[in-house]
Amino acid sequence: MLKRKHYVALGAVTLATLLVLSLPSRATLRLKLAIGSLFLPLFGLAGTAQQLPITAADAITPRRELLRQLEQLRRQNEQDQVLALQYAAISRENDELRALAGWQRQAPWKLKLASVVMRDPANWWRMVQIDLGSRDGVRENLPVLTAEGLVGRVSSVSLTHAQVVLVGDPDCKVSALVEDPAGDIGIVNPGGSQDSSFVELAYLSGSAALKPGQNVVTSGLGGIYPKGIPIGQVAEDARPVEFGLYSEARVKLAVNLGALDQVWVLFP
Amino acid sequence: MNAFNTILILAAAFLAVFGEAALGGPRQWLGAQVDLLPALMVYAALNADLMTVSLLAVLGGLWFDALSVNPLGVSILPLFAVGYGIWLQRELLLREVSFAQLFLGAVASALAPALSVLLLLSLGCQPLLGWGSLWQWVVLTAGGAVATPIIFALLGWCRHALGYQPEVETSFRPDREIRRDRNVK
Repeated sequence: MLKRKHYVALGAVTLATLLVLSLPSRATLRLKLAIGSLFLPLFGLAGTAQQLPITAADAITPRRELLRQLEQLRRQNEQDQVLALQYAAISRENDELRALAGWQRQAPWKLKLASVVMRDPANWWRMVQIDLGSRDGVRENLPVLTAEGLVGRVSSVSLTHAQVVLVGDPDCKVSALVEDPAGDIGIVNPGGSQDSSFVELAYLSGSAALKPGQNVVTSGLGGIYPKGIPIGQVAEDARPVEFGLYSEARVKLAVNLGALDQVWVLFP
Repeated sequence: MNAFNTILILAAAFLAVFGEAALGGPRQWLGAQVDLLPALMVYAALNADLMTVSLLAVLGGLWFDALSVNPLGVSILPLFAVGYGIWLQRELLLREVSFAQLFLGAVASALAPALSVLLLLSLGCQPLLGWGSLWQWVVLTAGGAVATPIIFALLGWCRHALGYQPEVETSFRPDREIRRDRNVK
């Protein structure tokens, strides 16, 4: 009887595993989202709990301090308005020059702010979940960034939330351009599992002579990331690989991926 | 053994998975997120029946994978293998001794992620592995080891405080009561 109980348990668990693993990818995604949605009330509670100290701090901030901050923000706002005017003029000039050269007009970036609500519990992936979903217009492969630079791309979307794979995850390869005179182009690969602030810039040409401190930005190739989003800076000299056929360099990411709180989703 | 114990273990697993996803502290300080499911599995294997062990493996694995990039279902078998192995030997294990709990927690927390990674690799996935993974493995093992006696104490207290207590058998039986009376005939 005892043996039979063992076999039933073993069989049931193995069958359940095989059944779930063999589901079509679309069904798996739906099931994942359905199971993940069970956690939504807890994430809501956690978000509210995180807001409580901020609200409490706001409530006890002296009026004089608030007025000082308000004045500071007003000044900042005026400066930003002047800068916006300047950028608008530059943008018009750029459009005119592009039209003269017969180039395609650059579309302005549309951004939506999102909060990071969770991280992948497994240590072997780099993924975060944000509180924007398909109802907010988010869809797969939209770039995600902060003011410092590129964060990753949207990998899957539910109604209210979306998963973002971070730069350095094996599933997030980015074509990158080094801002050097040669304009070397490579692919951003994972830089190891320990330090999430470094990635490898691989498949550079064998003659690439990268120097520490050079800026690395998205190249615009591949169709997902627009050109010019900062990725990071070259941390070490390039080293040859594959008998000098290619070279690789370590890049320190511009964004601290371990301390993401709010990110921008970039809409085309 | 009653359903309350099973519900308590599953609720703890649900909260553990949520905590692992929502709290980034250990990841920032130690470089790895501690997984509490193997530690919970040790508790379940030593204090519950095989049904609870199986349910914890299936539901815990599904909850974990649903919040992760892992293919759904990949964490079930490693958890079950760990739990089943301990459950088979539970009569021989000193479940009340903290050192035994610590040791079992360490073994379970070391085995479960290793088996998960092996399964991922055999499924053709490319998890982020390198020399740093060894450090993460050490953190997972040590974290799981420390968490196991705490989970035993916490869930033991919850079960004691909230669950039905087993009826204590007394030696008193009314049919065998010796009546002391002068007028006994």
